[in-house]
Amino acid sequence: MAIEEIIRLSEVTKRYPMGETEFTALKNINLAFHKGEFAGLVGPSGSGKTTLLNIMGSLDVPTTGEAVVLGQHISKLSHKASAELRNRHLGFIFQVFNLLPVYTVYENVEFALLLQNMPAQERKKTVYEALDWVGLTALAHKKPDKLSGGEGQRVAIARAMVKRPAILLADEPTANLDAANAHLILQTMKRLNDELKTTFIFSTHDEKVMGYLGRIIHLRDGCIELDETIKNKPLQR
Amino acid sequence: MLRDKNRSLLPVLIVAIGVALTVFLSGYLRGVMDDVTDINARFETGHVKIMTRSYAENKDQLPVDLAILGVDSLRNSLKKQFPEMAWESRMRFGGILDVPDASRNSRGQGPVLGMALDFLTPRTKEPERMNIPNAMVRGRMPQRLGEILVGEDFAQKLKIKMGDQVTHFGSTMSGSLSFKNFVVTGTVRFGMAAMDRGTILVDIRDAQTMLDMPDGTSEILGYATESAYQDAQMQSIATMFNALQNPQDEFAPVMQTLKQQNNLGELIDYSAKMSGFYVFIFVMAMAVVLWNTGLLGGVRRYKEFGIRLALGEFKGHMYRSLLLESVVVGVVGSVIGLFIGLSGVYYLQAYGLDISGMMENSAMLIPSVIRAKITPDLFVIGFIPGLLATTLGAMLSGIGIFKRQTASLFKELEV
Repeated sequence: MAIEEIIRLSEVTKRYPMGETEFTALKNINLAFHKGEFAGLVGPSGSGKTTLLNIMGSLDVPTTGEAVVLGQHISKLSHKASAELRNRHLGFIFQVFNLLPVYTVYENVEFALLLQNMPAQERKKTVYEALDWVGLTALAHKKPDKLSGGEGQRVAIARAMVKRPAILLADEPTANLDAANAHLILQTMKRLNDELKTTFIFSTHDEKVMGYLGRIIHLRDGCIELDETIKNKPLQR
Repeated sequence: MLRDKNRSLLPVLIVAIGVALTVFLSGYLRGVMDDVTDINARFETGHVKIMTRSYAENKDQLPVDLAILGVDSLRNSLKKQFPEMAWESRMRFGGILDVPDASRNSRGQGPVLGMALDFLTPRTKEPERMNIPNAMVRGRMPQRLGEILVGEDFAQKLKIKMGDQVTHFGSTMSGSLSFKNFVVTGTVRFGMAAMDRGTILVDIRDAQTMLDMPDGTSEILGYATESAYQDAQMQSIATMFNALQNPQDEFAPVMQTLKQQNNLGELIDYSAKMSGFYVFIFVMAMAVVLWNTGLLGGVRRYKEFGIRLALGEFKGHMYRSLLLESVVVGVVGSVIGLFIGLSGVYYLQAYGLDISGMMENSAMLIPSVIRAKITPDLFVIGFIPGLLATTLGAMLSGIGIFKRQTASLFKELEV
């Protein structure tokens, strides 16, 4: 059975104005991701990793070329439609956990569902399910400032996963974590990838992350240098 | 929102303070102006006043020789033409009051400003209108002709006792010297420098006899019986009355409204404009403060807005939620401010602020105790700056949401 293609980038180029000249962040990128992939964009700073995440996350549009995410042409989406796409189908995890400090863990996770107008009972059940995935049910009513770094990033994962997105985009998710917590987070994400078939796409240059990836796309100067699929690679511990 | 004090407590406090100040200031100005209007109407101007054209032009000199004659028939026709008004004759006159000793020689004398009004007609409202029962310090009000009330300070200076006989020296309407004896039945103190300086009060009939003008009076004052001063209504009455008079006759009666006398119109209009101006200034000042608070909050909440955008919230939805927050802040702040402001107004209405020390040498008819006044519009007026400023502040500061580029969210949220 063919695996469903959920992202297709065709000849994607992204240029930014830089004074009187232009900086080309991505050059003619051709790339596809399929459902359930656990992939990473790897490369030095300025190689175009974040720009690529932005376009796949419907946060930016290509200057030329075509980006189709879940069947929707990113360039043609209105602000409202791209917000709707993010709200329903895309999850984001940032290097810094970016939890809202005045809300509890529960409320931080619930926030994404409030935007979907989910009924209260269903919302409560879904939030506790997401907290259970990351093992934080007991901390549901704690404020973010009472959490450790690892716990904070697990809340961020729960917040991104609670709406069961098709695609989860993570920008350097382990950069602020120690090795033990980084592995714990990555194991959690891999487990969710296996169980929910969510496509995970990382931007990283963390060796620990690379140890978990099933596909690594090497970027340099806005171009794909190497797109390698890693088969049966044992997980690093 | 409630848990974030910078989003709730701080703006609510700012709004509450602004609204409290607006309400208090409006109540204070309203109270002062209403008191000034009311006192002037009661003591001096009436809601309308009728004088001869010549008297009106020289009224500061109290020219009794330019008084209105044929008062009884004029008052009767006024009562028929304007039944909604009460018409009262008043007279002002100058003179000297002499206080004799036991051997009938002069013990002391001083210049006095006389006011004649109707003390003796059954059910007369004039003493109450002039607040005389409350102003009585010693004795009683005149109950028959030949009795007089004297200012308390003047009485003390000349050591006047109740029952003493005093003599008023003045001039009649035709310019002859006039003398009349009175029995002092009481003393008064109005608490207004302009009214307490050498004041004597006698019945209008005594004044007419003394000044040799049996059917004359210097002024006829009109008061609306069912309401306070309403300028439009009084203007209409004055216009109707004056239209029937001969403009060429210098002794023809002329009617002036309260606002047309003693520059009160300018004072009242100025006060109304200042009141509106203060409210406007408060709205603008608070809008700027709340705009800044909103901007600071926006900077502080920059990350939150970024997260919300990344999570897929619409910019319009976010902007509307900001406005809704501002409306809640505006309403809560306004209610608190209203309560504080009204409390202040109530205190100043009940207890007043004694400024008699500042009014000792003032000739203006201004109350010596300043009182604010709670009026129905005060319950609304605070919400104008309260809601307007918060909403305006939020609208201005929230524009930043629409300028936010989602393309830079990953970079912005890394720090």
